[in-house]
Amino acid sequence: MQDQALFEYVLRLADDSLILGQRLGEWCGHGPILEEDIALTNISLDLIGQAISLYDLAAELEGAGKNHDQLAYLRFENEYKNVLLVEQPNGDFAMTILRQFFFDAFRLPLYEALMQSPVSQLAAIAAKSVKETRYHLKHTSEWVIRMGDGTDESHERAQAAIDHLWRYTSELFYEDNKDEQLQALEQVPSLKGIQANWMETVKTVLYEATLAIPTNNWKFEGGREGRHSEHMGYILADLQYMQRAYPNMEW
Amino acid sequence: MVNAAQIRHYLEEVSDPEIPVLTIIDLGVVQEIYFTDPTWIIELTPTYSGCPAMQQIEVDLLAKLQEKGIANAQVKHVLSPAWTTDWISEQGRQKLRMYGIAPPVNESDKSTLFAEPPRVACPKCNSMDTRMVSLFGSTACKAQYQCKQCLEPFDYFKCLK
Repeated sequence: MQDQALFEYVLRLADDSLILGQRLGEWCGHGPILEEDIALTNISLDLIGQAISLYDLAAELEGAGKNHDQLAYLRFENEYKNVLLVEQPNGDFAMTILRQFFFDAFRLPLYEALMQSPVSQLAAIAAKSVKETRYHLKHTSEWVIRMGDGTDESHERAQAAIDHLWRYTSELFYEDNKDEQLQALEQVPSLKGIQANWMETVKTVLYEATLAIPTNNWKFEGGREGRHSEHMGYILADLQYMQRAYPNMEW
Repeated sequence: MVNAAQIRHYLEEVSDPEIPVLTIIDLGVVQEIYFTDPTWIIELTPTYSGCPAMQQIEVDLLAKLQEKGIANAQVKHVLSPAWTTDWISEQGRQKLRMYGIAPPVNESDKSTLFAEPPRVACPKCNSMDTRMVSLFGSTACKAQYQCKQCLEPFDYFKCLK
């Protein structure tokens, strides 16, 4: 039971990383400037690397003899537990950066807390990933400020991205009885504390960027339970094509 | 029979596929080497989670040991403790500089926004008058810099702590 809860927990982390990594990979060769093309794909690579470690751990917890590729490529849409935020389309550069910023501001304090987890493999993955995530958050925060406090056009686009993405942010802090089980065992942190930390980062950066936090608290959730937006199927079609067309193929 | 010190010595002949001037020993990714009958276990730590060089390093490492007559070797990936640029040897740092890559300076560019990027000496002319072009570079472990004195663009092996 407890392994089942931990499996689900690790799978959520892994799916968030994989799907966001896949989205960022779409920028390869299309970045607004060369340096940014390289930065976005570097971040993508870190996320996919983190996903591999997390899927390895999830496979071990599941105990069904699967490997990371089988978890990444051979599940159905409703078996993916990523938040809706990470599957949203890249949009313009502002949309991509704001989506990444909201995610990084959540992931950094989460990894910092998970470093203290008594589940040693999870603590090790967090300790490894936290260093990478610090670079990501610094990079996206600086872009949010540069765009918000930049030209009228960049300000407007950054604000539009915030207004659009805000509805997907509450799901980052979604908790159910599986989380509660793990929290009772002190294996994972409460997301309430992470949310406070996230809000602090978001407020600080958006204030500096002269951007406004939306007052509309309309929420879109469902990803953590496997109910996804219409975009998810297209991502999986891209992601899974090779393994579905040529089962067990290796690169 | 071969011992762990000898194996470590052999691994000095295996280079990093992306920065061929460094051996994997210089890079500090080889951890414990031990014998669990009937297999030699070589522990490797990844530099970055998604570093694609790790797979190639594993292939090259096993091929090298095979060449030295050690067929019973196996690589074990360990994440903890997490790799840090502090583990790059002094010799490795010198080789990086000679190769045109500025080695990590001892300060990590942490979360402070718009903080002055680390001051890095140009590997060509040693000038400290350089600027960071981008926090991300040609591989996960590098940032892009340019020297304002000799105008040379160069890679900086960024500090990971």
